[in-house]
Amino acid sequence: MPNLTSLNLMPVLPEIILAGMACLILLIDPFMPRHGRNVSYALSLLTLVALFIVTLVQMSPMVRMSFGDMVVNDPMSDIMKLASYVSLAAVLIMSRGYLRDRGMDKGEYYMLALFGLLGMMILISANHLLLIYLGLELMSLSMYALTAFKRDDGRASEAAMKYFVLGALASGLLLYGMSLLYGVTGGQLILTDIATALSHDSGSLALKAAVVLIVVGSIFKLGVAPFHMWLPDVYEGAPTAVTLYLSTAPKVAALAMVIRLLVDGMGNAFADWQPVLIVAVVLSLAIGNIVAIAQTSFKRMLTYSTISHVGFVMLGILAGTDVGYSAALFYTLAYIVMTTGGFGMILLLAKQGYEAESLDDLRGLNDRSPVMAFVFLLLMFSMAGIPFTLGFWAKLAVLQAVVGIGLWWLAVYAVIMSVIGAFYYLRAVKFAYFDSPTDPSPVNPDWNVRGVLALSGLLVLVLGIFPGVLVGFASRAFGGF
Amino acid sequence: MLPSSWPMLSLIVWLPIIAGIFVMWFGAGRARFARWFALASSVIVFLISLALLPGFDTHTYAMQFVERVAWIPQFGIHYHLGVDGISLPLLILTTFTTVIVIISAWEVIQEKAHQYLAAFLIMEGMMNGTFAALDAIVFYFFFEGMLIPMFVIIGIWGGPRRVYATIKFFLYTFLGSVFMLIALIYMYFKCGSFSILHMQQMPLTLAEQVLIFLAFFIAFAVKIPMWPVHTWLPDAHVEAPTGGSVILAAIMLKIGGYGFLRFSLPITPDASALLDSMIIAFSLIAIVYIGFVALVQNDMKKLVAYSSISHMGFVTLGMFVIFMIAANPLNVSGSGVRLAIEGAMVQMISHGLISAAMFLSIGVLYDRLHSRDISAYGGVVNTMPWFAAMVVVFAMANVGLPGTSGFVGEFMVILASYKANFWIALLAAFTLIIGASYTLWMVKRVIFGDVQNEGVAKLKDVNKREAWMLGSLVVLIILVGIWPNPLLDLMHATIEHLAQQALTSKL
Repeated sequence: MPNLTSLNLMPVLPEIILAGMACLILLIDPFMPRHGRNVSYALSLLTLVALFIVTLVQMSPMVRMSFGDMVVNDPMSDIMKLASYVSLAAVLIMSRGYLRDRGMDKGEYYMLALFGLLGMMILISANHLLLIYLGLELMSLSMYALTAFKRDDGRASEAAMKYFVLGALASGLLLYGMSLLYGVTGGQLILTDIATALSHDSGSLALKAAVVLIVVGSIFKLGVAPFHMWLPDVYEGAPTAVTLYLSTAPKVAALAMVIRLLVDGMGNAFADWQPVLIVAVVLSLAIGNIVAIAQTSFKRMLTYSTISHVGFVMLGILAGTDVGYSAALFYTLAYIVMTTGGFGMILLLAKQGYEAESLDDLRGLNDRSPVMAFVFLLLMFSMAGIPFTLGFWAKLAVLQAVVGIGLWWLAVYAVIMSVIGAFYYLRAVKFAYFDSPTDPSPVNPDWNVRGVLALSGLLVLVLGIFPGVLVGFASRAFGGF
Repeated sequence: MLPSSWPMLSLIVWLPIIAGIFVMWFGAGRARFARWFALASSVIVFLISLALLPGFDTHTYAMQFVERVAWIPQFGIHYHLGVDGISLPLLILTTFTTVIVIISAWEVIQEKAHQYLAAFLIMEGMMNGTFAALDAIVFYFFFEGMLIPMFVIIGIWGGPRRVYATIKFFLYTFLGSVFMLIALIYMYFKCGSFSILHMQQMPLTLAEQVLIFLAFFIAFAVKIPMWPVHTWLPDAHVEAPTGGSVILAAIMLKIGGYGFLRFSLPITPDASALLDSMIIAFSLIAIVYIGFVALVQNDMKKLVAYSSISHMGFVTLGMFVIFMIAANPLNVSGSGVRLAIEGAMVQMISHGLISAAMFLSIGVLYDRLHSRDISAYGGVVNTMPWFAAMVVVFAMANVGLPGTSGFVGEFMVILASYKANFWIALLAAFTLIIGASYTLWMVKRVIFGDVQNEGVAKLKDVNKREAWMLGSLVVLIILVGIWPNPLLDLMHATIEHLAQQALTSKL
């Protein structure tokens, strides 16, 4: 092991900056005026901008190993980190008004959000089993705390408890799988070494058990069925600003974990994990699309829609090709744009002392705000995967990957499920466009929320016509397509 | 005249879409401005599409006005546009119909007029894109995208059961087309390109062809719509506002027929030949059975909707009867094949004009009395003589009277089917009786007789705007009826080539 002075700290510069800034915000926040966390907010955004610039400057098409191969920086990690920064910035900007109205604008929110991001970044760049676990736990603990952020609220506490217990279970399974893998590979912790070790060993029962446990542990965070039970309750119970966070950036990190573990580490056990993922995808698409129809809460509906979307992401992974991984990343990035808009709509419709979580609250949106209604229409059609929106290309990419490896029956199944799913998106559009408003007052005039929503609508439309930019990013991450 | 170096087709596709977004954005609260702007842009697009005609070479089947740039290289998708003798007439029909639809909405649509006009302009661009696309994904992009504006049009400005009708319409067509998407992706991996022209030349085994054919069949049969997947159409038509019905009947149904010509026949010729009897049977059921269903309707719009399904039966019959004609040993000249496809094409254009005219006429009555029930009218001729005269022309064209466009297409298809099988021709010819029964009976009950009630007594005849709108259709219907040659010349070379492609085995 090299000593500290000879270590090259540059590859982890973004992580160092983030950790430093998070601690700084933690320190100075108590000395700031009691009301309004303007300084913490501004510093958090500034940190994200700084991180964005640093990562952008460090970007390179090479794979860069550091810290004795424990940390890896490659195009995939660069792009995923950049996406996480942008996504968290959007979350912070949008939640500002919501938190203030509900007396939740505390310094801890920003600090937990930043520590959560740190966990994600570690996860994204981890090339070592322990580092993966470390990143996962740092991310998850921040998320648990954020879910319970409104601590007097029974629903939020219940959601946080559920999240914590099930999350701990999943972590346990993951750790158990890792320990089996450690044994099977003869004591390897570095993912690239595991890959080498596994090229000799194939088909042992212990490996199969390790594969199943690791798949379960890693798809839990994504919310892939049958490990989706926590998702609806947590998303519904958590304050909407937190739901917005939970449903966006952590999905990128979870995808990174899946790719690091299954592809980088256990790529040779592809034949073992592919069937597991196929089962998970079949269940996710069915549960996500069919159960969503029965929801009256818009927030819950979006949650089930998330389950279906992560099912599509897994469709790309199980193709087991670079094209498939790029498609999965592309889908995830598209999903983040759409979901930011989707949960953002709830923030838009919410008022002081009133959570607009029901589908009924969408009634007559076109009469109340035509621009926001149009954004909503684009988001819904994008989630349904109709052309002229980003969602279509995302679905096309994963379908192409799956048909490419000959699993066309799975593609047929996926499109049938997306037709079923289209029904509830159409129903949401129906509320916004075809019904007259029960409450004709203008919608939330908060320009932060409106601005980000308009931006996400614009992205859905512009990238829906010119998806090349985003596809290019995703394919650069893997050299795929 | 625009210089030929311009991307003419892109203009025709994107100009309406951009104009539509502009109207949606700036037209709020300024209905007058929105109307004139929408009219001006649709007229300009119509003129540009007409400007394609002088530069169009009718002696070749090759694609013309071709534009091709890489769109998403990672997916192998090219932005590839071009027109031939099949797509050009349909393109011009689209741009013309949109002008008519915008005129038809003038004072009628008061609520959110700018959004209504914007939806139709965006719709126009997408339909043009569908007809001009030479890349399968570009085709799918527009084919599927046009569901969004139509969903909104029926849902916002439709009748009492609009939500049911529009969701049914959307899900039906969406379900149909997703299978086509899988088939297109599959073919991409087989031939390494999404280009429709490459797919047409690609060899495929019979099993592959049958599966791909069925995927296409579901997509296009729902769109046309063929019996038994036609049930969305009467609902959508009845609930849609007048303009929506016009676009649905005049253009969207044609996209199904166009799809058969562009995809099914050339890409899967052997499967088409194998399964042709199924499609012929469905077409004959549509012509005869749906004709009888139309007879018993009390709602005028529903009657015309069923009549549309019945008439579209001729289109599919003409397209798929060619295999039987080619197989018939008595038919040596081989001209029957061309006659059948040309008949189907003329029928599509003609039905586009006639169904638009019928729905607009019903719209004119509905705007005055707010009822579509046949029983609410009677003796309209006494108060609206000019209107009655034009409706009679449309009705005669719908029946297929010689001298109107309706006659040309139906006659060609019946004549061609006679070369295949006497019984098919006989059943198809039944339409002349059934069609006459339901159309003329409706005209008799609505237009003729004594004035039935006070509402009819107070009717005012068509105003200048409506007279222009309906009058231009009268002129076109009669023009195509007595002088179809320019139209036939336009598509002659392309259909010759298409017939050859369809009858050449890929095995």
